Amino acid sequence: MKVRILMRHIREGFKNIRRNGWMTMASIAAVTTTLILVAAFLALMLNLNEMADNIERDVQLDVMIEQTATQEDIQALGESINKLENIDSAVFSSKDDELKKLIESMGEDGQAWEMFEQDNPLNHVYIVKAKQPEDTSAIAEEIKQMSAVEDVVYGQDVVKKLFEFNKYARTIGLVLIIGLVFTAIFLISNTIKITIMARSKEIGIMKLVGATNGFIRWPFFVEGLLLGVMGSIIPIIIVLTGYYYVEDILSKQTTYKFIELLPYAPFAFQLSGIILAIGAAIGVWGSLMSVRKFLKV
Amino acid sequence: MIHMKDVYKTYNNGVSALNGININIDRGEFVYIVGPSGAGKSTFIRLIFREVKPTKGTVYVNEMNVNELKEKQVPLLRRNVGVVYQDFKLLSKLTVYENVAFAMEVIESHPSLIRTRVMEVLDLVGLKNKARFLPHELSGGEQQRVSIARAIVNYPKIVIADEPTGNLDPDTSWGIMKVLQEINDRGTTVIMATHSKEIVNTFKNRVVAIEDGLIVRDEHRGEYGYEG
Repeated sequence: MKVRILMRHIREGFKNIRRNGWMTMASIAAVTTTLILVAAFLALMLNLNEMADNIERDVQLDVMIEQTATQEDIQALGESINKLENIDSAVFSSKDDELKKLIESMGEDGQAWEMFEQDNPLNHVYIVKAKQPEDTSAIAEEIKQMSAVEDVVYGQDVVKKLFEFNKYARTIGLVLIIGLVFTAIFLISNTIKITIMARSKEIGIMKLVGATNGFIRWPFFVEGLLLGVMGSIIPIIIVLTGYYYVEDILSKQTTYKFIELLPYAPFAFQLSGIILAIGAAIGVWGSLMSVRKFLKV
Repeated sequence: MIHMKDVYKTYNNGVSALNGININIDRGEFVYIVGPSGAGKSTFIRLIFREVKPTKGTVYVNEMNVNELKEKQVPLLRRNVGVVYQDFKLLSKLTVYENVAFAMEVIESHPSLIRTRVMEVLDLVGLKNKARFLPHELSGGEQQRVSIARAIVNYPKIVIADEPTGNLDPDTSWGIMKVLQEINDRGTTVIMATHSKEIVNTFKNRVVAIEDGLIVRDEHRGEYGYEG
């Protein structure tokens, strides 16, 4: 297409936006509302995913060694654990180390445990990590069978629930987002349809003087694109500012250490990009869908 | 130029508008289509620029078989056929100039060509000095002349007018007829459906009478032949 004609279409698209003031506002409002919801869901979902991945990665098995085990038993156990497949690492930690960790993790209250330093009731442990977090429970079962093992401890229930929760969260989130996007397309195509109805005479005349469908469609394409892009401005502002504050607040709190959001840069910018793309896509799609009907003259 | 063979048209609601039309119209002819209301005149005219498709039979316009035209080729046909309506079909928010220029923009003509050509046709229909007016600021006759200007601006080989004087008083109708005659004198084929006895009997041309979807009369330099 010649640049001159393309410029004409873009000019017409802008003119339509201005000419249909209120309907334009309605369409933009529809896109804006949808995109705010989509942005919120996306931010929540991606962060949940990331958190779940983090927790999954951190899942570890504590292999408690029998108090009566000799140095050789411990050595032998270490070797047999290391022979297992799917093991990422197996690190020995003496009961003194374990007590130190415990005291540190308790902070102020930890001092009460210091009296056990003379008579440590804890076990020596091997801290084992699986290559794939899903294999954790199978590995635990295998290690339990080995000699000199008192027990294998890991967050069995937590891990299972987490996997379940993650699966549901992903599906529900995806369904919600797709539903929202379609609602927005429907709203836009309806609002644009009303503006087109007012212009159906113009389209009819264009067809009668020999305009091709493509020629008629282009300005509507531009208009839809503009509606989508304009509709994504407010959601992007909300993402860029809102995420900053939420991340700031959550990074300062210490009660729930595992809640750690994706870093502002680049995540907020990536999310903004996605929102802009979705906005543009629903604008264009909605607009072209509604013009289709009027081209059959 | 236009050739129809055994053309039938039955609308979806069961009304049969045309029942076997056979006609030849040559380049440069001026043809009146006359007949009672509901006889099929409008359907006949709308076949030519494919606003309707025939149910049966063949329609050739400009060596194009209208029946077999693909959706994409319809614009090409319409660029060779200028249409003038009884209700003008002007865009109310555009000026006279813009209404005419619009038809050239649509076929992607060059801007400098558009300027000269639009002023040329506005001169031809006698509205050069009203180019900046909006349609509602013009009289009915003037609005009809704008729509004629739009119909001829792209040098169509055929101009079709569906009762172009239907809403106009006799004096104004005369002016419109002079413009159409002028266009015809320059070599454009003109086909005009009309109910005006005065016009048909004054500006003598070929007369085709349609009744009940059939051509019942076809005379060169004919008379209107109906009362009123």
